[in-house]
Amino acid sequence: MSFHPEMEYAPARFHKSERTLAEMGEPFAYTPENQARFNEIVTRYPADERKSAILAALYLAQQQQGYITGAAMRFVAGQIGCTPADVEDVVSYYTMFYTKPVGKYVLNVCRTLSCALLGAERVTEQLCAKLGIRPGETTADGEFTVIEVECLGACDRAPVVMVNDDWHERLSPDQAATFVDDIKARGKAAFTGCHLHVEKE
Amino acid sequence: MWRRNRVAFEPVLTNHVREPNSFSLDFYLTHARGYEALRKAVTLKPNDIIEQVKASGLRGRGGAGFPTGLKWQFVLKDTPKPKYIACNADESEPGTFKDHVLMERNPHLLIEGCAIGCYAIGAKVAYIYIRGEFYHVQETLERAIEEAYRAGFLGKNILGSGFDCDVYVHRGAGAYEAGEETALIESLEGKRAQPRIKPPFPAVAGLYQCPTAVNNVETLCNVPLIVLNGPEWFASLGPEKNGGPKLYCISGHVKRPGVYEASMHTTLRELVFGEQYAQGMSGGRAFKAIIPGGSSVPLLLDEHLDTPASFDHVQQAGSLLGSAGLIVLDESVCMVWLAMNLLHFYRHESCGKCTPCREGGDWLYKLLQRVERGEGRTKDIDLLYGVASNIVGKTLCAFGDAAATPVLTTLKLFRHEFEAHVREGRCTLPADWRATQPVLMGATH
Repeated sequence: MSFHPEMEYAPARFHKSERTLAEMGEPFAYTPENQARFNEIVTRYPADERKSAILAALYLAQQQQGYITGAAMRFVAGQIGCTPADVEDVVSYYTMFYTKPVGKYVLNVCRTLSCALLGAERVTEQLCAKLGIRPGETTADGEFTVIEVECLGACDRAPVVMVNDDWHERLSPDQAATFVDDIKARGKAAFTGCHLHVEKE
Repeated sequence: MWRRNRVAFEPVLTNHVREPNSFSLDFYLTHARGYEALRKAVTLKPNDIIEQVKASGLRGRGGAGFPTGLKWQFVLKDTPKPKYIACNADESEPGTFKDHVLMERNPHLLIEGCAIGCYAIGAKVAYIYIRGEFYHVQETLERAIEEAYRAGFLGKNILGSGFDCDVYVHRGAGAYEAGEETALIESLEGKRAQPRIKPPFPAVAGLYQCPTAVNNVETLCNVPLIVLNGPEWFASLGPEKNGGPKLYCISGHVKRPGVYEASMHTTLRELVFGEQYAQGMSGGRAFKAIIPGGSSVPLLLDEHLDTPASFDHVQQAGSLLGSAGLIVLDESVCMVWLAMNLLHFYRHESCGKCTPCREGGDWLYKLLQRVERGEGRTKDIDLLYGVASNIVGKTLCAFGDAAATPVLTTLKLFRHEFEAHVREGRCTLPADWRATQPVLMGATH
């Protein structure tokens, strides 16, 4: 069915109501440190509004396990005092939560206008060619994932790539392949970081 | 020509951002009259602060340009419920990166602004909703907040005044829509970032159904300056009703992209071509068009560049200042591609609540893809117009209008490019900085 005589109904891939149930995965519980961290974060919100801590609780789970499983969602629901469906509702909406394993380095290439004007499309092409994967996929050795993301808010340093929680600025297409080698050799030291951190210079 | 009566402008928000450790409390106290405004504010009546902000003419820097003093005045006073400030640090509008600089290099100014805002509206808690991608910024902010607590500028009985105020950072998780004020509140409450029906406005029923003021980072950063230097000083910095300093984010095909602080007397041409600003076009190609206020606003052409970059002047010229994200486009930019790039963004970021935006955005993207590939039919151009104009005004929040704008503005100004694509069956302006594949299909995670 459609709302327009000329156009089809939105495809499943982009339809946010199209849900697949998360796999349960291994049993999940916070490490003592993460539990303590969660207990602190929850105090920032009114006592009867624990649900506000849901994003923070999910970040802790993702940090601990790399991605969010059904078991982790149930655990978070228990911590917050809401239903697992409430948690899944949130996980499936926000793009920064992963529901399947990702690589050690997640290369989030900004694809929106300012970065695209300076070659971001080619950066993605070069990265994918170098790694032998398509956008959204992870290399077989579990090292790299390439994801195209929307505007990262660093348009003056285009093209920008967010690698996990770090930034790499002004990655030109012809540097993309060497960038991958550089990460393999030097790990986090390969990233430029944010140019505003002038103290590093 | 626009009437000009300019005084020399000195940056006041970003004057220290390039100096080492400008984010520290010590630096803020010694170089920037740090927390003097808060010290002064707590001796005033809350209502006097609101009156000062009103008199200054400060307008919201997030995009809508709504007068901040009025917003604060609307916050319900006679209620037993707690009140809140929600600082919008979600900065996701494509082409915008000003709040990033303020939070990373001048975080205490924001914290001071939050505290004064809380005092003025009678709130005790401010939440700074920061986008998930700004992880390093969050670390800086949290360090600064801790410093402020230790020095007694936050917490209980601030500066012996009996005023209590807590400021917390709340990290989002990748949703453009969370920048809309009611969606931001939903996200703060731990739900999907989807907008609410207005009214009631957040000033009456916002966070946890309590009165809430939602203010942009740059807006709150201006508040200490107003308290310290007076509303007349603030208003005198810019044209009438467009006072104060303004941060402009310039990106795209320019020599020196970046964040520049200027008065709103400054014209778009000065910002793009001026020596102390972006220094003109990079790559030796000619200017084609500019998006003056983040990706959601109509394009302007060369003939509009002498417009002062103020809320009112840019609006008179047929666009909006929005979040002051200037994206400069040179002659190599295909306008069908541009609309397609932006519709990919809007289709992906639509929260899915309202049908015209959710379905319409997807249809627009598909149609644009078809035209860009050279497979478009003549009637697709009218279909694009039909779908886009049927999204406008039919959604709960401004996202729908924003999503339709790239299509409507490119069709209005560059319809001949669409027609050429259809006629020649290919993209007529394939730039060397674009993907080598005809259309790179982004897999979204």
